[in-house]
Amino acid sequence: MNDWLEITNLEEIPVLGSRVVETDTVNIAIFRGKNDAVYAIKDACPHKNGPLSQGIMHGDSVTCPLHNWKISLTSGEALGPDEGCTNVYETKVEDGKVYLRNSI
Amino acid sequence: MNQRSRQNLVLIGNGMAGMRTIEELLKLEPEKYNITVFGEEPYGNYNRIMLSPVLANEKTLEEVMLNDDDWYRQNNIRFEKGNKVTEIHRTRKEVTAEDGTVVPYDKLLIATGSTSFMLPLPGADKYGVIGFRDVKDVDTMVEAAQHYKKAVVIGGGLLGLEAANGLMKQGMDVTVVHIMSTLMERQLDEPAAKMLQASLEEKGMKFLMDHQTEEILGDERVSGLRFTDGSEIDADLLVMAVGIKPNIELAQHAGLHCERGIVVSDTMQTFDPSIYSVGECVQHRGVTYGLVAPLFEQAKVAANHLAELGYARYEGTVTSTMLKVTGIDLFSAGDFHGDEDTDELLFHDVAGGTYKKLVIRNNKIIGCCLYGDTIDGTWYFQMMKDGTDISDFRNTVLFGQAHLGDAGHGDETRVANMPDESEICGCNGICKGDIVTAITKKKLFTLDEVRAHTKASASCGSCTGLVESLLAHTLGGDYSEAPSKKPLCGCTELTHDEVRVGIRKLGLKDHDDVFKSLDWKTDDGCAVCRQAINYYLLCEYPEYNDPESRFINERAHGNIQKDGTYSVVPRMFGGVCTPKDLRAIADVADKFDVPEMKVTGGQRIDMFGVKKEDLPAMWKDLSEAGFVSGHAYGKAMRTCKTCVGDTWCRMGTQDSTGLGIKLEELTWGSWMPHKYKLAVSGCPRNCAEATIKDFGVVCVDSGYEIHVGGNGGIKVRVTDFLIKVDTEQEVLEYCGAFSQFYREDAHYLERTAPWIERVGLDKIKAAILEDEENRKALYERFLISQKPAQIDPWKERAEGVEANQFKAIKIKA
Repeated sequence: MNDWLEITNLEEIPVLGSRVVETDTVNIAIFRGKNDAVYAIKDACPHKNGPLSQGIMHGDSVTCPLHNWKISLTSGEALGPDEGCTNVYETKVEDGKVYLRNSI
Repeated sequence: MNQRSRQNLVLIGNGMAGMRTIEELLKLEPEKYNITVFGEEPYGNYNRIMLSPVLANEKTLEEVMLNDDDWYRQNNIRFEKGNKVTEIHRTRKEVTAEDGTVVPYDKLLIATGSTSFMLPLPGADKYGVIGFRDVKDVDTMVEAAQHYKKAVVIGGGLLGLEAANGLMKQGMDVTVVHIMSTLMERQLDEPAAKMLQASLEEKGMKFLMDHQTEEILGDERVSGLRFTDGSEIDADLLVMAVGIKPNIELAQHAGLHCERGIVVSDTMQTFDPSIYSVGECVQHRGVTYGLVAPLFEQAKVAANHLAELGYARYEGTVTSTMLKVTGIDLFSAGDFHGDEDTDELLFHDVAGGTYKKLVIRNNKIIGCCLYGDTIDGTWYFQMMKDGTDISDFRNTVLFGQAHLGDAGHGDETRVANMPDESEICGCNGICKGDIVTAITKKKLFTLDEVRAHTKASASCGSCTGLVESLLAHTLGGDYSEAPSKKPLCGCTELTHDEVRVGIRKLGLKDHDDVFKSLDWKTDDGCAVCRQAINYYLLCEYPEYNDPESRFINERAHGNIQKDGTYSVVPRMFGGVCTPKDLRAIADVADKFDVPEMKVTGGQRIDMFGVKKEDLPAMWKDLSEAGFVSGHAYGKAMRTCKTCVGDTWCRMGTQDSTGLGIKLEELTWGSWMPHKYKLAVSGCPRNCAEATIKDFGVVCVDSGYEIHVGGNGGIKVRVTDFLIKVDTEQEVLEYCGAFSQFYREDAHYLERTAPWIERVGLDKIKAAILEDEENRKALYERFLISQKPAQIDPWKERAEGVEANQFKAIKIKA
């Protein structure tokens, strides 16, 4: 079985923006940073399940649109004084295509 | 950077000011220096302003520690605890400590603080005669309380009263001796001081006013005092709290220029450019400070320069005072005595224990003195620092900010007397006890920190005053709230106004340009500044839009709901509709299984629970039926509410519905600093509630009254009357001009009501009424900005713009 799932072309994700990947079990938010780094995180804030994909991305974190929690896109942890953690997934970019590690 | 290539930074004095500087520096440049800290006291740094509660048995020493040994280790800071620096060699750039340790420095920071000023009285060297400054003094007092009964405190100022209160809590019989006829004469006027004295006497404190000490009596240990009038009093413990004296001996010895304190410039530099100094030991522009807020501002500036950013300047601090005695609410700031050019606003309820005095010069607050009810202290203080013109609400200002009707807080105003379980923040359900615990356990100092940790006042903000009061009351003594100059967010030191001026002056074109040219600390900002900058840029360049810097509502053109679905509100100009319109909306609701519909307060229909992927198809149907976006989701022009007017109503004087439609056609689609609502009422009965809208028109038989700056919401504010005009065309011009002036002048996320209160109605009158040319130019600019703004965002997206954001990528996994 293939370890890496092809998701989309990098160009289909706006810089400092996101796309939602729907699987049978979970929704994943894929973010693209300023330097074209790609992050994948479960599309649910550890606070009240807000859709992180709809938040504003900055650096390597995202601010949840519901109550402004800041979540690290590298660790899935809430930043600052808030406490909580959500899943993150491995990604890679090759030849302009975005891949997600099949660990879902 | 490896350890060797770093420069050496040495801090003398691990008190609040010095350590705050180090903390600020670590935030900016964690790897620039090898840091060594010398502390004379055998502790990590602690919160000195909390010593009074420690003495009063309300807190333990552990609770007031700020950084323990672990913290120093984790941050790779060499901590010379209990080791006093005895010499600074400026030519060799070294410091030498008591135990012979020599540490070289590239930069030196002196934060030696201050000591209690001890009166040079005969007998002042006896046992049992102490100051009130550090943990050692507190220990001595606690110890004395176990063996002795009678304590005397010399000094009826802030510190003296806090010491006296603490000793009383330790079970001692305490007398306060004061040379003046009233207490805290530097902070209180006579009536407030008398009320304070009465409440303290009720608690059991005794006073000897107008008494000057001549001699301290006793053999080895103090046994009493003799006054200049010959009378005597017994005392087993004598605390001198008559003031503080900057510790400048070390600096003076090293040849640094000192007067009362170590003289520093606006960059916190001493006369030796590699030596900085902060805290109670410094003298800046002729002033020495003994309160916390100035120290923190100084720390920020010193850190900025140690990090070699080099742009921060310290320009002095306006300070305020609170007394940290449980159950006593007292607040004072500025010039509370006044002179022949000032007015006084006064409220004095002797029986109720409330006293409020504001000193006014040229309609601006220059001082205040509050006793009993201090909830509005921070508000008055802010207006004092901002130089707010209070002429518009001068007759109600004494009743406080809440007088205007804060939703959700009842009439609770005395934080000191509230029980722990009383709810402060209604949005987040945070009680007084939660906030106080967070402040003390997590060592919070600022409103922003309290917001971050507890969420109190972080949502609608209506309880900000209460939270600030709690913060002030818990920190007590010398707390003074947020610095007068408030940066836009943590990514910059610049204020809203400075960012705006920067964009205009430097002709900055996009976000990256702003970040680069204005020295942003982060690469791509944060959720706060990106949205504000997006607004300021689009206000300058009407075509500008960076979707990723907009809140999701403005990106998805719908209101995100708690379950992640969206709501859809089509625009109904002036609230008018036809059966065909209603049928079209009903069909759309059926087709997309809308679970709930509601008529909104803005006279239109809201469809809830729409999935994001359905939005473009829904908009297509609505667009074909003739609807455009209602912008119910945006910091934008929302609705124009109307009554039926003279077409149907027997009271109506003008065609209010028709005028409302024209106003909505003029303004719809406009992005604003905050939401923006209009209304037109057909007669003074005002059924459309035009006097609580951002721009309201009340029709009268002879024309149209224009009212501005009202809102419902958290703090209801009734509009100010702007002008009466004769024709609909004039109403439209004034509306465009006022809207544009607001767009160009207000801060992002500031509604018209707080904006007008901040800048004053006179400024708006000057721009719009008195300067016809300017009014026409504003109106013109509004029309230009409306061209791109009135391209319906729904129709565009129904036709495929930004299609990606509405489409999920589906994969099998």
